[in-house]
Amino acid sequence: MKLPRPVIPTLVALAFFGGWEWLVSSGRVNDVLVPAPSQILQWFWEALKSGELLSATWVTMRRLIIGFAIGVGLGVPLGALSAQVRWIRDTIGVLALGLQTLPSVCWVPLALLWFGIREEAVLFVVVMGTIWAVVIAVQEAVLNVPPLFLRAAQTMGSNGWHLWSHVIFPAALPGVISGMKQGWAFAWRSLMAAEIFVVIVTGFGLGSLLNAGRELLRMDQVMGVMAVVMLVGLLADLIFFAPIERWLRRSRGLAR
Amino acid sequence: MSLAPSKSSNPVALALRDVTKRFQGAAGEVTALENITLDVHEGEFLAIVGPSGCGKSTLLSLLAGLEHTNEGTIELDHEAVHAPGRDRLVMFQQDALFPWLNVLENVLFGLRLKPGLSDAERLESARYYLNLVGLGNKEKARPHELSGGMRQRVALARSLAPNPRVLLMDEPFSALDAITREQLYGDIQEIFTKRQKTIILVTHNIREAVCLGDRVALFSPHPGRVQRVFDIQLPRPRRMNDPALATLAAEVTAELSIHLSQPS
Repeated sequence: MKLPRPVIPTLVALAFFGGWEWLVSSGRVNDVLVPAPSQILQWFWEALKSGELLSATWVTMRRLIIGFAIGVGLGVPLGALSAQVRWIRDTIGVLALGLQTLPSVCWVPLALLWFGIREEAVLFVVVMGTIWAVVIAVQEAVLNVPPLFLRAAQTMGSNGWHLWSHVIFPAALPGVISGMKQGWAFAWRSLMAAEIFVVIVTGFGLGSLLNAGRELLRMDQVMGVMAVVMLVGLLADLIFFAPIERWLRRSRGLAR
Repeated sequence: MSLAPSKSSNPVALALRDVTKRFQGAAGEVTALENITLDVHEGEFLAIVGPSGCGKSTLLSLLAGLEHTNEGTIELDHEAVHAPGRDRLVMFQQDALFPWLNVLENVLFGLRLKPGLSDAERLESARYYLNLVGLGNKEKARPHELSGGMRQRVALARSLAPNPRVLLMDEPFSALDAITREQLYGDIQEIFTKRQKTIILVTHNIREAVCLGDRVALFSPHPGRVQRVFDIQLPRPRRMNDPALATLAAEVTAELSIHLSQPS
């Protein structure tokens, strides 16, 4: 007999969380160190009721979306320019490669010094986390546009801006999207690091909530926030990136 | 069926004079083409054939304006060719269809870049040429949904639609299977006869050249030169398995092997 596909994952999840719950409630594991799933759920419910969780999620999402938008808004043209102009590729392109390997939390001390303990400091760290990955992805995507497309378009009279908007950009789009996806993941990490590291008076985000849990020794809160962070990342992929990638794959015949 | 009238009395469309092209290779300078002088007449189908390294694809890039000559001139209707232009459209070895556009939009791509037409005229023209290549019912299809032969047909429609003075073909049949190729030879000849286009085809397939060309220019390699030009006076439509065609192809092959057997 063939089981429906969700059966096994559901059973595994039940066994995992059931076992965890049992280990903690029977006292075999100290619930200060590892809270039971029911305790995490309870924190989640209370934080949701008090509005604390929603407002923290909102603060974090707002920072993330603004920072990500600035990062992409600057990164896409910079990457395109870097692909097009040799000396920019040899300068900014190389710089981007180096800066991409730098965890963006390293920018925190400078950001605080430059902007003060303010919203701009957080945004700066998020932008620094996003932009270089986007620059490199866009540059590679543009450089990988098949020369045949360019030749064909040029013989038909396309050049300059028309060539960019009607050929290079659409051809590079899959690479640009995966660069944006990577930028999003980096932005998310940068933001959490910044929020945990820095107490920012202008808004209490998820990272701050997690850090508060640490200071209060409330591991249910810490793990609850971790779950929310995971969930938000997953939802962003599900709602935003997955449909775009699916559409690209289907319309260009790249589907498996 | 009628005997193909000679096109040599027609006015000259493309004039090549002493065209020389050199490339900077790893082992120093390589002369790809040397002193090519050729006239292509209005409404003529010229097939350029030769072994690899004879510079035939380079010549097509020069004609398309995608590359520049080192010496000599190329003129289309007495105007120097120095950049890509709508008056010379290219069919490439791969179809070069844009995967983000559907079939109709691909054909419209060149038309939209052509000034002086209304959108309705562009649409009408695109549909006319899609019907001409037998794909009127595939407008909305994406390139990846079509077979290789259909894709090359769309590419043909796309190059014909803006009504170029000269159609340049860079081995457009070489990636296709034999049956599809045979069909396309028929289609191209029909369109050629109907539309009176000036066409230049580059190929390494001698039979193909003899089947399609009014004249066949045989190129020899290292450096690329015109070795001999053959007049092909067979009636159209020609078929690949026609014995008369095979005889002529054998003649061209013999000429080619004379050169290849010589030590270089």
